[in-house]
Parts: sequence; C-alpha cells; structure tokens
Amino acid sequence: MENTAPLVWLILLLPLAGAFFNGVVALFVPAVRKEGLIGTVGTAVVAIPFILAVYLFVGFQGEPIVAPFYTWMAAGDLHVEFAYRIDQLSLLMTLIVTGVGALIHLYSAGYMHGDRGYWKFFAYLNLFIFAMLNLVLGNNLVVLFLGWEGVGLCSYLLIGFWYEESSNMEAANKAFIVNRVGDFAFLMAMFVLFHYLGALDFGTILRDGPGLPQGTLNWVVLLLFIGATGKSAQIPLFVWLPDAMAGPTPVSALIHAATMVTSGLYLLARLSPLVLNAPAIMIVIAIVGSLTCIMAATIAITQNDIKKVLAYSTISQLGYMFMSAGVGAFFVAIFHVMTHAFFKACLFLGSGSVIHGMHHVEHDLEHHGVIPSRHVPETPLDSEATQHPLRHNPLPYDGPFDAQDMRTMGGLYRFMPITNVTFLIATLAIAGIPPLAGFFSKDEILSQAFAYGYDGHGYAWFVWIVGLITALITAIYMTRCYVLTFLGKSRWPEAEKVHPHESPWTMTLPLIVLGLLSVVGGFLGLPHLFNWPSWIHHWLVGSAGEAGPVAQAVVGPFPEQYELIEILLIIVGALVAIVGVFFAWYRWRRYGVDYDATVRRRFGALYRWWERKYYWDEAYQKGVVAPVVEGSREGLAPFDQRVVDGAVNGLAKLAYGAARGLRVVQTGIVQNYAMAVVLGVVLVVALMLFV
Amino acid sequence: MNTTLDWYLALSAVLFVIGVLGVLLRRNVIVILMSVELMLNAVNLTLVAVSQGRADVSGQILVFFVMSVAAAEAAVGLAIIIAIFRNKLTVDINDINLFKY
Repeated sequence: MENTAPLVWLILLLPLAGAFFNGVVALFVPAVRKEGLIGTVGTAVVAIPFILAVYLFVGFQGEPIVAPFYTWMAAGDLHVEFAYRIDQLSLLMTLIVTGVGALIHLYSAGYMHGDRGYWKFFAYLNLFIFAMLNLVLGNNLVVLFLGWEGVGLCSYLLIGFWYEESSNMEAANKAFIVNRVGDFAFLMAMFVLFHYLGALDFGTILRDGPGLPQGTLNWVVLLLFIGATGKSAQIPLFVWLPDAMAGPTPVSALIHAATMVTSGLYLLARLSPLVLNAPAIMIVIAIVGSLTCIMAATIAITQNDIKKVLAYSTISQLGYMFMSAGVGAFFVAIFHVMTHAFFKACLFLGSGSVIHGMHHVEHDLEHHGVIPSRHVPETPLDSEATQHPLRHNPLPYDGPFDAQDMRTMGGLYRFMPITNVTFLIATLAIAGIPPLAGFFSKDEILSQAFAYGYDGHGYAWFVWIVGLITALITAIYMTRCYVLTFLGKSRWPEAEKVHPHESPWTMTLPLIVLGLLSVVGGFLGLPHLFNWPSWIHHWLVGSAGEAGPVAQAVVGPFPEQYELIEILLIIVGALVAIVGVFFAWYRWRRYGVDYDATVRRRFGALYRWWERKYYWDEAYQKGVVAPVVEGSREGLAPFDQRVVDGAVNGLAKLAYGAARGLRVVQTGIVQNYAMAVVLGVVLVVALMLFV
Repeated sequence: MNTTLDWYLALSAVLFVIGVLGVLLRRNVIVILMSVELMLNAVNLTLVAVSQGRADVSGQILVFFVMSVAAAEAAVGLAIIIAIFRNKLTVDINDINLFKY
C-alpha cells in the first residue's frame, strides 16, 4: 500500500488538533464552549482516525510500514526520529484505542452534560488519545515513552478533573507519583539498551536485542516489566488504580480499563522476542501477575462501591494478561486486552449510566427532604430539607448519599432496561460464560498456561491453578455486582416514589455496541481444537511462512491424547464460570445485601484482610510516604531555606555590603575628583619613566 | 649663562604646577577656571619653546588649536558657573556637592 504515511500522520494529528481546539481555542474564545460543538469535534477527531485505521487494516499487506515524520534528536550516537510503525500489533491496538475511544467520547458527550469544564474534559480526552496513539504507533522506545508519559499526564489531569475536591487531587497525585516509579525503571531499561545497542528503534532492538548477554537482557526485561507494573497496575505499583475511580466514569472506562492500563502489555508484546530470551524474568512476570490476579479478585468481593469493584476487577484481569505473557503466549495477552476492552468499557460505562440515574434519585430525595442536602443553602429558606430536620439516617451507611454504593441500589432493571441488558452481557462475558468474549480469551490463557506447564515449566502449573480459582472468584464477585445493582428490591429510601430513568442515546448507544462486541469479540480467537481458526493468532504471530510482530514460546509437540486434555480444560473452565455465576446469582438474589454479612462471618479474619485491601495503602503510607515527607520536612526543607536561599541572599548581601563600602568615594567635592585625576596622571607618567 | 631650552621648559613646568595647585586648592570657582587657563598657557609655552628649538613650525600650529579650544572652554565654563550661581548663589566649590552619596 503506497502513500500510507499521510494517513498515519492524520490519525495521529487529528486528536491533537481536537485537543488544541477544545482546549486552547476554547480557553481564549469562550464563545466556542458550546456543548454541541465541543462534543462533536471531540468525538469526530477520534472517530475519523478509527475509520482511517480500518482502511489501513483492510489494506494491510503483511509488511510493516514505517512512516517517519521528522528527526527529534540527533546528538552524537543518539539518533531519534518521530517515526511511526504500522504492523499487525500496532494496527490492532490503534483500532481498539480509537474504536473504544470514539464510543467513550460519544458517551462523555452525554455523561458530562452540564459540567462547567465540559470543554476541558474533551481537550484532555483528545490529548489522551493522541498520547496513546503515539505509544502504540511509535517505531522506537523514545516515542513510545513520550506516549507513556503523555497518558500518565492525561490520567492525572482527568482523575483530578473535579479539582475543587481535594481528595480527587490526592488520587491524581498518587496515580502520577506511583507511575513515576515505574517510569524510572523504564528509563533505566532504555539507558541500558542504548548503551549496548546504540539505538532505540524497534528494528535494532528486535534484531540485536535477543543476542545480548543473558545478565544484561534479564535486567532490561526486568526493568521494563517494573515499568509495566506501574502503568498496568500490578503488584507492587497497583495502588493508584482504585483511587483513580475518583475521576469521571468515562475516564475510568477509557483510561483505567481499556487503554492506558494495557500499555504495559503492549510493551511486553512489542518486545516479546527479548522477553522470550529472558526465561528467568518470565517466571517473575507470571508469578507477579498470578498473585495480583487473585489478590485483586478477593478484594473485589468485599467492595460496596460499584466502581471499586470494577477497578479491582481490572487489576485482576490485567493480572491474567501478565500471566499469559509470563508463559510466552503474548498474543493471547493482546487478545485478552481486546476482549477486556470491550466488556470492561461496557461495564464501566454501564456503571456510569447507573450512577447517572442514582444522581437523579439523590437530587429527588434531597428535594423531598428525605436526605440532607449536600450543599449549604444560600438562605435558610433555600431548600425544604432545612425545614424537615432528620432524626435518623435512612441510609444503611454513614454519611451522605453515595450514588455509587450498591447498598442503596437494586431493582434497576425496571428503570434502565438497556443498561441492564448490556451490563448483564458484559458481566457474563467477564465471568467467562461461553460463547461470550471473555470465555475465549480467558480460556486461551488457561490452556496456554497448562500447555507450558505440560511442556516442562513447572511454574506454569501455579499460573494455571491461580487462573482457574480466580475465574471462579471473578464469576462470583461480578455476578454479585450485577445482582445487587439491577435485581431485587430497590433499597434506596422512598423507592416507591422516586426512581431513576434510562440514560440518553449518547450513553446507551455505546453500551449497545460494546455489549455486542462482548458477545462476538471472542470468535476472533478460537482455541486451536479441531482445526478451528484463530484469526488473532494468525494476525499477530503469523503463520509458518511469515512471522508476525508478536513472538510466541515454542511448546510441544504434544502426543495425541493432549487434545483430549484440552477439551477437558475448556469444559472445566466453562463449568467454573457457570458454577460461579449460578452460585452468586442464587445467593445474592435470595438474600440481597445481607448475604455479604454471611460471607463476612464465614471468612472471618480473611474477609477483613480482603476488605482492608491487604493493608497495602497503610504499608506504603508507613513505609514510604511518611518517611519521605518527614525527611523532606526535617532535612530538605531547612537545606533549601538555609543553604540554597542563604547562598542567593548572601550574594545579594555581598553586593550590598561592597557598595556601601565603596560609595564613600563619592564625596561630591569636585577637587577630590580633580585630585584623583592628578594622581592618576602622576602614576602613569611614573610608570612610563621608570618601568 | 645662556637661556637654553631647558629654562623655557622649566618655566612651563612651574607655571603648570602652579595651575594644578590652583585647581586643587582654591575655593573660588572662577579662580579654579583661571588656574585651568594657566595650565593651558603653560602648555602653549612648552610647545613654542620646543618648536623654536627644533626649527619645526608644527608646535606653533598646535598652539593655535590649543588657544581656540581654551577660549571655547572658558566660555562654556563661565556659562556653567553663572547657571550654578543663579541656583545656589555661591561660588564656593565646597558648597557645590550635589553628587555626594
């Protein structure tokens, strides 16, 4: 395909132009801040790149296309270009980013209606898409890192979008700072690679990288993985993701479910030839992924905030993807990235729709005085609530009404039918019910892990068993989430009189599309039984003739009976999911929220560990945050005040003192000045005569 | 004894030094101006004496320049003194010290 370079640049620059229009132009020209205009521009600059990406996808011949833009740095041995690479992997990621991204932009047009910062929101979202496209399309690690940092920045801006609330800013800070730790490791890896290879473009790295000495390669892959744990929320750098739910729900859907958090996986898949040559680190990746996966799943059972459940679910599913990478099946990890983008975005957008509806319930309840009004009335007669003082709190929890708490939801299927159906589909998909999308990708991960273990790598058995157990837990907590939200009796006060309504089409249309994708998306990667084709395997890894961009560990060949084991594995996986869903459906349908108390009793101290999120935040607070803050306050702040400021002020004082000393020369008496002239003349003449 | 060149130069030197001392030590601004004129004329004397001694007329040409410059400078200097007098009503150099720190 000739002349694709301008298309690539258009794909990249349209979101940037959108960010400029929605951000800079709207900043200086307030007349531009019309919701219709901003929303349309914001969505179009992501939808058009999607169409262009589809065009490139359809016309792709198999040879990677590199589109250089211009030289960024040329200093000594370092030569870095803004060059972009179109190959199977980057095209797939681009389709996911722009496709799901466009749907979420459309959703945001409805969700953010009435917000004062509507234009800023779309500016940040467009900027995010630009950065993410740089990440997945870049042809060298530096452009990738630019995108990496860019998405981190946009994540900060969007988590802290409602910046007037200080807890949101704390969450944004936490996300950025924790990410930074990972970025530091990423930078170290880049330095090592540059030192040994002399260049950072993927062509060089993929060609010469696998040949590096084993120790060096291990370090590089380990450092890259640590960077990935920061971005993709694995142990030990996952703590920012639950807090990131403070941002608006479209942000949670786009950034913290479908795209940004998959950057770590993309990095590993892109550099898969290197990772495969570092088997020791693959073990680390697999173990960390497994532990994260099951840890997050257990925490998710105990959460009452619907977005927190989905956040921990995301962490857990990301664990699955790393587990897959750890057993050498990178293409399956990317497959799960894709299916996860579909159903997790659908879940998050659905939860946003629910929260949207519950906000209306909240306003109605405040209006009728059933719950205290959240904002302080301007005059005493402003709201009816002040005329009906409450004697008891009608909510099952302390504090103001929480539109995100599932304990005051329930029975929403009556009021929000589209949200209900799509959320159900996505729930079943993530639980792994065949033939929905999640079943195929999760099952493929498990069978690849099993095969790797069968091939002789013992740690893969651990991965497989953790994956299986977590699949059960996933089915349980997700079904609990669905049942408590949509089924049963409505549990908010005055539920007979006050109810929510379905969201507008801008919000439900993306839900429908994503729901459909969650149903059919799995068929792109059928298990390789009975010669069923796996399109995604063919696309990413290639076939015997030509290799694709994503490497795969070589396993087998296995004896004939293995096919039987494979079928068994698939049946076991499906059964686990079905059992989990049925169990949770029955229990939480029958007992409602009270079943949580039963679970708490049943698991005792273990439940408390899960509920307190394994005390990770407390440990970090005590072990890292407090010492750093204390050390700064006691050590660095006095240094800054006394030494640094002292030096600067000292210089000023020195100049002042010297001036004070010297100014006595200015007597104002003319004859003194004349005397100075005469003395000077005498001096010069003496020098001329005697020297 | 013959009046050699040295005598003329010595006279010039003495006149010059008297002029310098006048500038440095006298209090009246007009006297200081006169001392400056004295210094200029001492230099004229030096130039003429050396010109005569070396039979080179360039020295005398330079005297013309010096004289015209001296005249112009005296005019300007007196104008400044008159302007200052109109402001401060004094010609005592020690009272004109606006540039004191």
